[in-house]
Amino acid sequence: MNNLIILPIVIPFIIGAILILLAKRITAQRILSGITMSFLLTLSIYLAVIVYLHGTIVLEVGNWEAPFGIVIVADLLSTFMLLLSNLVGTICLFFAFQTVAETREKQFFYPLYLFLMIGVNGAFLTGDLFNLFVFFEVMLIASYGLIVHGGTGYQLRESFKYVIINIFASALFIAAIAWIYAITGTMNMAHIAERVAELDQAGALNFVAMLLFVVFASKGALFPLYFWLPRSYFGPPAAIAALFGGLLTKVGIYAIIRTFTLMFNHDIGFTHKELIVTIAGFTMLFGVLGAVSQFDFKRILSYHIISQVGYMVMGLGIFTPLAVAGAIYYIAHHMIVKTALFLFAGVTERITGTTDLKKMGGLLGTHPWLAWFFFITAVSLAGIPPLSGFFSKFPIILSGFEEGQYVIAGVALLVGLLTLFSMIKIFSYAFWGKQKHTKEQASVPVRKLLLPIFPLVALAIILGFAAEPIFTYSLEVAEDIMDPANYIDSVLKE
Amino acid sequence: MEVLMAIMIGIIFMVSIYLMMSRNLLRVAVATLLLSHGVHLLLLTMPGLQRGDAPILSFAADAYTDPLPHALILTAIVISFAVTSLLLVMAYRTYKVHKTDDLEDLRGSADE
Repeated sequence: MNNLIILPIVIPFIIGAILILLAKRITAQRILSGITMSFLLTLSIYLAVIVYLHGTIVLEVGNWEAPFGIVIVADLLSTFMLLLSNLVGTICLFFAFQTVAETREKQFFYPLYLFLMIGVNGAFLTGDLFNLFVFFEVMLIASYGLIVHGGTGYQLRESFKYVIINIFASALFIAAIAWIYAITGTMNMAHIAERVAELDQAGALNFVAMLLFVVFASKGALFPLYFWLPRSYFGPPAAIAALFGGLLTKVGIYAIIRTFTLMFNHDIGFTHKELIVTIAGFTMLFGVLGAVSQFDFKRILSYHIISQVGYMVMGLGIFTPLAVAGAIYYIAHHMIVKTALFLFAGVTERITGTTDLKKMGGLLGTHPWLAWFFFITAVSLAGIPPLSGFFSKFPIILSGFEEGQYVIAGVALLVGLLTLFSMIKIFSYAFWGKQKHTKEQASVPVRKLLLPIFPLVALAIILGFAAEPIFTYSLEVAEDIMDPANYIDSVLKE
Repeated sequence: MEVLMAIMIGIIFMVSIYLMMSRNLLRVAVATLLLSHGVHLLLLTMPGLQRGDAPILSFAADAYTDPLPHALILTAIVISFAVTSLLLVMAYRTYKVHKTDDLEDLRGSADE
């Protein structure tokens, strides 16, 4: 039973290794990776249900007892993130079948894809700080491969910068691990949490907390470490851009939420309410200003990732159950909607051959389904009720006002307005107006491409109309992670 | 001894960051290599440099060394090896495609 929770890490590993051997057989690769991802999705739904009903599952790898061995922990937050990431992973894979060029598919595309999933799933499930680093690296090395996949000049140039910033952040991560090990003498996150509580997070521990925050902030694209994101996400094919946009920054956000609810939650006045909230405000503002200034479909979406990551971190910074629940709900909303929007960018690129908004127009006339699906997700992103975006922003901003954080709440409202502005900009440039694409382009069939995106659009609507049960769930997740004793007790079994 | 190590790690970090600021692709790649050495030494030094036997119970020594930092460093070395080799390949391909190793020329223009 407990062994089940290691499967999301082991299965993509084994299948990915097999796929390397089948590198030239595209059909076999597609079938195998499709089955694997669908299975992972089913498994993560099952795990989420099991953990919800029966509580946290802990696996001590190799039967080494908790503070000494490595533990794999599936609690509410982990399984929630696992479910979302495998959902996004499955959908992007099915989109990749139809859009990624065959020459690229032969170059180990699917093995890299599955290796990326090992890293992501592992980062969510591990209960050991050093293992978190290892899984981050697995994820990043696979992402280096995927982001430069195809090797065009643009990709090589921008990926180099992406790799450098990530290597630097990883080096800081090891430095933070070294300090934590020197101070607490352990690598087990629950054990670290216990010892940090004993030391009352005094002295160098606050410094280490900030160092970890910088590391995760550079992976999660927070101000001022977001500059690599818009350019590097522009290069790769749509399926990969969507996967990265939906998934990768959220792994960084997960790590921030985990460290700052489990371990470093004893100096909330300074770390959460001042520092994280301030950073969140700048992240939102600069992200959305970047988006407003752009005239490119993919770049606008990339800048919006930054502004929305700010909302999640803002929810964490305010640190009331309602705000954290809002942040968790926001992650769900963002992963679903953002992936869908990036995939729509891919579909429009397939039709018009460009992502420059000034060269597009009139898609509403030739591809109405695409246009209306895009419209639904875009207004959902902007936060128009009754879609998912409204119910994810509402609790965060509400608790901002309740806690007297008026400035940040005001910024959040302004950012919401500017988000709506730039979404409408995309809609009016690309879908309204005179038709700028040729007759042949107008008859490009997109129904098959829209098929994998449809579940995401449906989920964006369901998340809005069925907000109450899902929000209740997020609230339970938030209450679970805000009391670190739950996590510590189930890992150390005291 | 720890102080000496700390100074050395500081110097390695300094050199590495200086190289990372340079305009040459290869120097930046070497900088990441040096940086990883710096943090591995830090990982070795932070728990305290210890004298003692290998932590195998049958040795019956007075003191044992802590094996965990070594295990962590070994893992970190393997990872940084993989990343460095990947980075070198990428730097080489970037040089081949763009015909330059000057990062100033690789900034990217505003019109794309």
